[in-house]
Amino acid sequence: MSSMLQGRWWSWGFRSAVMLYFVLLIIFPILGIYGQSLSSGWLAFVDNVTEPLAWKAVLLTIKLALVATLINAFVGTMSAWVLIRYKFPGRKLLNSLVDLPFALPTAVAGLMILLLLGPRSFIGEWADRLGFTILFHQPAIVIAMVFVTFPFVIRAVQPLLEEMDASEEEAAYTLGATKASTFWKIVLPNMLPGILSGAMLAFSRALAEFGAVVLVAGNIPGKTLIASVYIFGEIESDNTIGATAVSVLLLTFSFLILWTINYVQMRRKNG
Amino acid sequence: MRRLWIGLTVAVFGLLLVVPVVRIAMGAFGDGWQGFANGLARPETLHALYLTGLIVVIVTLVNTLFGVMLSLYLVRATWLGRRLKQLLNSVVDLPFAVSPVIGGFMIVLLLGPETALGSLLGRAGINVVYALPGMIIATLFVTFPLIVREVMPVLQEIGSAQEEAASTLGANAWTTFWRVTWPSIRWSVVYGVVLTVARALGEFGAVLVVSGNILFRTQTATTLVYQDVENFNLIAANSIALVLAAGSVTLLLLMEWAKSRREVH
Repeated sequence: MSSMLQGRWWSWGFRSAVMLYFVLLIIFPILGIYGQSLSSGWLAFVDNVTEPLAWKAVLLTIKLALVATLINAFVGTMSAWVLIRYKFPGRKLLNSLVDLPFALPTAVAGLMILLLLGPRSFIGEWADRLGFTILFHQPAIVIAMVFVTFPFVIRAVQPLLEEMDASEEEAAYTLGATKASTFWKIVLPNMLPGILSGAMLAFSRALAEFGAVVLVAGNIPGKTLIASVYIFGEIESDNTIGATAVSVLLLTFSFLILWTINYVQMRRKNG
Repeated sequence: MRRLWIGLTVAVFGLLLVVPVVRIAMGAFGDGWQGFANGLARPETLHALYLTGLIVVIVTLVNTLFGVMLSLYLVRATWLGRRLKQLLNSVVDLPFAVSPVIGGFMIVLLLGPETALGSLLGRAGINVVYALPGMIIATLFVTFPLIVREVMPVLQEIGSAQEEAASTLGANAWTTFWRVTWPSIRWSVVYGVVLTVARALGEFGAVLVVSGNILFRTQTATTLVYQDVENFNLIAANSIALVLAAGSVTLLLLMEWAKSRREVH
């Protein structure tokens, strides 16, 4: 009897510890930032959130993240296709390289892009001669975002391609469909859920990215100042209110995306 | 057609993934072996690497323990309602959506020296923000979902029949976990741990905001890379980055290994 009672105390203690940890570490800080943003009243909140600089930073981030996501949706689908469907020397190596951006510290990724695109580098000089600069401009930010979110689409499409039933494709060929129309009508629709969910994940990661971007982004509002760098600047200059406003904007947007992804995945599982 | 696609993919991988790593290595040895060694042997580098290592170890231990337990509760617990489980389940992912800078900022807002909680702790002699505890909390926050997300699907897949059989046969909760549940989730936990180590090792934004990046006190390897770049000390930055990249590649190999083991079992 006493051992059973002890067991119950133990499990009760474990449960409360885990739940407390969860609430304190995750829920409490998030509620805290929303609370802080409303702490000086609703009007002040609206005022801060509608601040043009803040909006510009958020809109720019969304725009660049969209571009990066589109690039990754295309490149990722192509890479997943090649890695699954074609056999060629080095395929295994490429496949394990896919996760490199997840394993690499984002600050190191930023430094890499800085070196690669800098004025004294090959690409930097070449772009200079063509009359435009990459570093500290929008292309550099997009490249940093593409690098960091590279694995998402590939990793989402690969399992779908592996599971795909070959008979559908074979049937299409037997019925005389060309390679192109088989791809558009059979293969692509099968990959589409993976492309979409991978792209959504990539998009939300690109919105939030800081480390890789901060070293290559500029500071011109509306042109090269993205939200996370803006927030960092506001924190550094002790402007808590400004930082909170943009944080709340960006957070709300990211949460909406996250819940959309969860909802879509749930529907797909159940439906 | 086939050749074109393969060529294009290889080119993308080469340009996006391989060339940058090679470029870092070249940058680190720009002044020869001596420059690389000097960059690493600086006292601030050694201190930063030590601090990063310390944070990685603490964070990985804490999040492995709590992550595995939370996954067990979220999948198996009968004392949580279905609705509540669903709610908690979607909350687990939130740190993925939070920008690291905001993650750090949240901790400053809650526990910073000017806040009620922070000044209370400060009077007790515990500094959280601009000190090690804050950096650990920030990294814990950022890495929290990784293990839960790896372990939960496996628990759902294996079902509870075997565990129920074990407890019907008289095994207590502890024995059931170690003899029945653990062997089937083991490799997923290992995979999650490797992901956690990688993320903790590379965490930058959250730690930068919380730590204040104070030399010899709260500077980690990644924030030191950032500072070296800002100071145009590129060779030193490259040297540390190369060490971190080498660590990442090792972790990548471990990931592949854990993944292959997971597929076998």
